[in-house]
Amino acid sequence: MKTLLFLLEKEFRQILRNKGIVRMLIIAPVIQLILLPLAADYSVKNISIAVVDNDHSTASQRLIGKITSSGYFKLAGYTGSYKAALSLVEQDKADLVLQIPTHFERDLVRENAQKLYIAINAIEGTKANLGGAYLSSIIQDYNQEIRQDWHTTATVSIQDAPQISMASSNWYNPFMNFHLYIVPAILVTLVTAMASMQTAFNIVQEKESGTIEQINVTPIKKYIFITGKMIPFLVLGIIIFTLGLLVGWIFYGIVPVGNLWVIYISLIDYLFAMLGLGLLLATYSATQMQAMSLSFFFINIFNMMSGAFTAVDSMPGWAQAIVQTFPPSHFIKIMRMVVLKGSGLADITYGLAAMFVIGVVLNTWAVINYRKTA
Amino acid sequence: MLFGLPIAQIVLFGFALSNEVKNSRIAVTDYSKDPVTTQLIDKISSSSYFNIQRNLTSATQIDAAFKKGDIRMAVIFPPNFSTDLTHTGKATIQVIADASDPNLATTITNYITRIVGDFNTTTALSAGQPLQILPEVQMLYNPELRGAPNFVPGVMALVLMLVCTMMTSVAIVKEKELGTMEILLVSPFKPIYIIISKLTPNLLISIVNLFVILILSALFLDLGVKGSIVLLVFDSMLFILTSLSIGLLLSINAKTQQSAMMASLMGMMLPTMLLTGFLFPIENMPWPMQVLANLVPSRWYFIIVKRVMLKGMGFGAVWKETLILAGMCFVLFAVSLRKFKIRLQ
Repeated sequence: MKTLLFLLEKEFRQILRNKGIVRMLIIAPVIQLILLPLAADYSVKNISIAVVDNDHSTASQRLIGKITSSGYFKLAGYTGSYKAALSLVEQDKADLVLQIPTHFERDLVRENAQKLYIAINAIEGTKANLGGAYLSSIIQDYNQEIRQDWHTTATVSIQDAPQISMASSNWYNPFMNFHLYIVPAILVTLVTAMASMQTAFNIVQEKESGTIEQINVTPIKKYIFITGKMIPFLVLGIIIFTLGLLVGWIFYGIVPVGNLWVIYISLIDYLFAMLGLGLLLATYSATQMQAMSLSFFFINIFNMMSGAFTAVDSMPGWAQAIVQTFPPSHFIKIMRMVVLKGSGLADITYGLAAMFVIGVVLNTWAVINYRKTA
Repeated sequence: MLFGLPIAQIVLFGFALSNEVKNSRIAVTDYSKDPVTTQLIDKISSSSYFNIQRNLTSATQIDAAFKKGDIRMAVIFPPNFSTDLTHTGKATIQVIADASDPNLATTITNYITRIVGDFNTTTALSAGQPLQILPEVQMLYNPELRGAPNFVPGVMALVLMLVCTMMTSVAIVKEKELGTMEILLVSPFKPIYIIISKLTPNLLISIVNLFVILILSALFLDLGVKGSIVLLVFDSMLFILTSLSIGLLLSINAKTQQSAMMASLMGMMLPTMLLTGFLFPIENMPWPMQVLANLVPSRWYFIIVKRVMLKGMGFGAVWKETLILAGMCFVLFAVSLRKFKIRLQ
């Protein structure tokens, strides 16, 4: 125990000695957390629409007016033909095309039914989903409106069919504030990069400069040495995370609905797993360059696949199974659940257990793989 | 490792990432249990969008299921549903979405609205409901909403840029740390030769990576280069050179490998990821972020790859982006050449 205390003193001195790194470790996440949620806003409101109005009737004008005044769409232009509209899509000037057929108004009255053609650029899937969703609901509203307005003038006999309507409500985030969703995820991403990378770099640096040999010849046990390496970064991780929560509260007004203790228990569980990964990477790399390539690889995969910015539910089964072994995917989910919905310990046992198992596996692996004979 | 890791990422993301929302777990509560509700529930469960998880009966149960993350949405049919529908001509379904994920909530609420709308239309058509407008939706370029067409160019831009920056910055700082830089500096080499010889291996590695990525995406992800390959490679080289120059600039200011890595990984990774535009559309961002995004080279490269590779457009469509990349490359390289210190303190 006493050995551990001495080791900890050494580690803390070593880390704190390098003022530049410490400053960066604290400032970089804080600044990024303040700025990046502004960039990560998917409450789509600027979908560009190209309109091909072959009808030029009051009905078609009214529909276009309704679409442009909805606030979701901005008019990229009227074009004379579908082909011209498509070229606007090709140049990324329009996201979708609405084509109103010739004699739309006349035939709507005559034949009682008319089609509208919508073509959506589906390369950006989320935008396509949302754009299509908004547009069809506007058209549905429009349909309802003209049905009422033309009720008396329409030449056909009106027989009101029964209508099923929807009353939808959005829980936990009634104003659909995207920041609530993205800030916890960005915070986790920042802590992830810090936690696993710094541990790995720190150990490999000792390898490179040869100071690890000096420790190897002492009677310090493997696990004590590794614990001594982990605790400082655990503390640092908790500090950064706490700062992040404060930033979320001050700049984005996010106050966790759930219990703070639940959040911190999960954080420690998570850091245990991620520091284990850092240790393991360190045992496999001889140079800082290698450690960096490896951690870049993992962090990038974690960032892209853990559900921070992309949906895990949309992935194929095999990929979802792989994602289960990523500690960040569990922690991001837990954070969102506790911060937004106020989930308690009982709700998140699966995630906690999964992170703990991953942590035990990684740490054991690292201790076994760390040889004192370098 | 320099080759394997970037390639593994592209393939992994290309196959795994998708934007299609399907099999969302929902709960259905039917207080009415009449023919109409049964028919509607059948329609909902037969669509590929939803996966009916279970029946919940009270608001507390729904809340608990949301908190556990078991369901994304709850659909509630009030009592006397079909009686109301036939007598008053109106009935309302209550839909509660878990909006902690706002976009998913919007999308699935719309799916269910569409299913109910279709149901209304069919009953209305048989009843002779007037003035039906039937939107017909077509998804261009990517009908299955696969993630690959968006993510492959995005990840290509992201990975190439970060790998180039990191490798260069660390390689130069390492020589500083080990003291071998001094030997190079006292030699009669001009600084520009030292810089060029440092950049060339990374440039070659990145070009090989680029080709492997292009071949793999054509073979496995069905994303061949539709436009001119020469144009794509030319622009890629320009982009790689720009990224290498950023690495150069970082290395000049960093004293240790660790601080160079910190700057390139901690400092650049997340901003590059978010500001390239493949995760979140740039035109949605507030203007200061848009200005910031314009300074990120991968933002321009992403546009070029999408246009040349996916849409098959020519130089006429990307000359502006190419010019911007060239300008960035020139400025960065010139600045780092000027700041490259030939004396060590």
